Amino acid sequence: MSNQFPAQTEGAEAFGQTRRAFYLAAIYALGAVISVALAIPTAIYLLVAPRAPKETGFIDAGDISELTPGAPVELSFQESRIDGWRPETQQKTAWVVKTPDNKILAFGPQCTHLACAYHWENGQNKFVCPCHGSEFSIDGKVLVGPAARPLDRYQTKIENNRLQLGELKQSQG
Amino acid sequence: MRKTFGEFIEAFDHRTGLHSALRTFLYEEIPASSGWHQVFGSVALFLIMIQFFTGAMLAFNYAPTPGDAYNSVRYILTEVTAGRLMRGLHHWGASMIIVVVVLHMVQVFLWGAYKKPREGTWIVGVLLLLLSLAYGLTGYLLPWDNRAYWGTVVTTQIGATVPIMGPYVSRLLASTGDIGVVTFARFYGLHVLLLPPATMLLIVLHVYLVRRHGVAPAPGDELRPKKSFFPEQVFKDTVAVFVAFAILFVMAIAVRVPLERMADPTDTSYIPRPEWYFLFLFQLLKAFSGPLEVLGTVVLPTLAILALILTPFIDRSRIVRLRQRTLAFGVVALAALGWGGLTGAAVRSTPPQTEASSIDFSGPIEWMQMSPAEMAGVHYFREEKCATCHNVTGDTPKAGPNLLNTGRRHDADWLLMHFKQPSAVAPNTAMAPVDLNDAALRDLLALMLKLTPATGDVADTAPEFAAEGAYIFQKNNCGTCHAVNGVGGKIGPVLNGVSARRTEAWVIEHFQNPQKMSPKTPMPPYRFNQADMQNEVSYLFTLPDKVAGK
Repeated sequence: MSNQFPAQTEGAEAFGQTRRAFYLAAIYALGAVISVALAIPTAIYLLVAPRAPKETGFIDAGDISELTPGAPVELSFQESRIDGWRPETQQKTAWVVKTPDNKILAFGPQCTHLACAYHWENGQNKFVCPCHGSEFSIDGKVLVGPAARPLDRYQTKIENNRLQLGELKQSQG
Repeated sequence: MRKTFGEFIEAFDHRTGLHSALRTFLYEEIPASSGWHQVFGSVALFLIMIQFFTGAMLAFNYAPTPGDAYNSVRYILTEVTAGRLMRGLHHWGASMIIVVVVLHMVQVFLWGAYKKPREGTWIVGVLLLLLSLAYGLTGYLLPWDNRAYWGTVVTTQIGATVPIMGPYVSRLLASTGDIGVVTFARFYGLHVLLLPPATMLLIVLHVYLVRRHGVAPAPGDELRPKKSFFPEQVFKDTVAVFVAFAILFVMAIAVRVPLERMADPTDTSYIPRPEWYFLFLFQLLKAFSGPLEVLGTVVLPTLAILALILTPFIDRSRIVRLRQRTLAFGVVALAALGWGGLTGAAVRSTPPQTEASSIDFSGPIEWMQMSPAEMAGVHYFREEKCATCHNVTGDTPKAGPNLLNTGRRHDADWLLMHFKQPSAVAPNTAMAPVDLNDAALRDLLALMLKLTPATGDVADTAPEFAAEGAYIFQKNNCGTCHAVNGVGGKIGPVLNGVSARRTEAWVIEHFQNPQKMSPKTPMPPYRFNQADMQNEVSYLFTLPDKVAGK
């Protein structure tokens, strides 16, 4: 690299060379320390997930005493969450099914293919997605693709005939 | 390999000219007398880059509207990892720029480097100083806390006193009525959209002029061979930059930047103070009253700026040795004395803020999540001076055992018994019975069970007003009707988020006469004394808006 720069003047002795080498080393070293001291906190600042408020537990989704087996209903409920620095209340829905053996299932309202809103076809007894024609059985299994995974399910809990919904778990394909 | 690299550089340079440009820039000839005293310009430039960078980083997590601005700054401080450091760098970097720019100007002034033909360089430099101050004024509002709000109220009022121009200044800053969303947008726009490009433009011009005229020589330089800027002076500049960066970094970590309560236009008790480098102007203003006020707000500052700009034309003598610049030294000493005196007087006359009005949200905030009983426990912990014999998080040797994780070693019954009659459950103890009634002991117990590593230092760090507020809350059984942090009755409204729903004045009035404020409320009146009322309201107003986990 040194051949790129003008030759040293007359007094370019060994001493001058050593000093020059020291200057260069110090400039690069100090520059590197500053860069690293800035880069590491910046990477942490941008990439580490913010300390999130604790998971909001179960949310009341409504009365299910009227629910009959084989007839899914779409329940809507309010979910409070914190979006960054802003507390928000969102309207959410779930498809709730009572199976013949009286188990309650609650599905997330979006198709597992590309997240369109699907619905229950009463005559055909299946969930149908209008976007790409995916179909699901009453217990959420894929009948017709392109969806590859069964419907996502909420964790559920029943207290005094009221359905409590927990986290929406992504189903495994 | 080395040869290949050289060839690559050559080919690259042939196409872009970058390498030659860099060489021309670095091998600039500078006078033999150049040295350590000329490092400040580079340091200022470096700090400006730090400001641009940290400013952009903060903008990634910041919402530029009142209210949201405050919450997002709080989010940066409490939830984003390294967010405190990022804000610290930006805040203290701003102060350091003022210091370094002034040092740079003092050096140029003492050495007479502003003289012919370098008048333009000096004037552009003065403009850059004014820009630095403008950043300070506009950035001050952006956290939207009480400090920001009230400081800006005063600033804009001063702007309004400018003869003839005043109303237009007010309209430009949208501050004719109240300080609100439009004012905020103007300040934000100035701070991030207008000032930075203006700064860059003036810096380019400034550096171009420095290069055009060369670094100012000292008498005698004409007889000595010139030096090269690189590497010796670059080395000195780098060392200075490094020292500045190290100081800034340590300050950003060690010195907390306060974030006070959200801006409250109804808070009449707040005493605003400007940033430290404006304190002298603030003090100067006190010397003038009535029709003379305009002298302090407009005339004197304008004259000072004019004097700065005209310096090269007032002093037209040739460059002389530093030792012969007695008059220049005198001027600098006088300015420093005047500035220091006024600033000192302003600091001395600053009444201590009541703790409640300057809550430091950038400090430990674990206490905000505690229940009123646990916080009242902090009151009793302090009242009974438990810390005389017990450590929680500290490690000074003390007579009694460390209280951290007490809840894991003993159950509630054991602890209650131990409070009332220590020797009954711990035969060899030297502890005296805690002389409190059962309700108070239950609060103290609640705190004991909370002394885990995560929240253990609350007994030391929770602000006084919060412990007192919770104590009053418990003593008056507020929890029978109201929930705080998820604990308490459901008859009255949840008190979390009251700061977003009501003003302080409203709440105080409501305490004293509930039916006047909300006619159908079953709440009885509470007539606290002034200190209790202030503590109670401050406590309620600092509760988190949203309860975690509920």
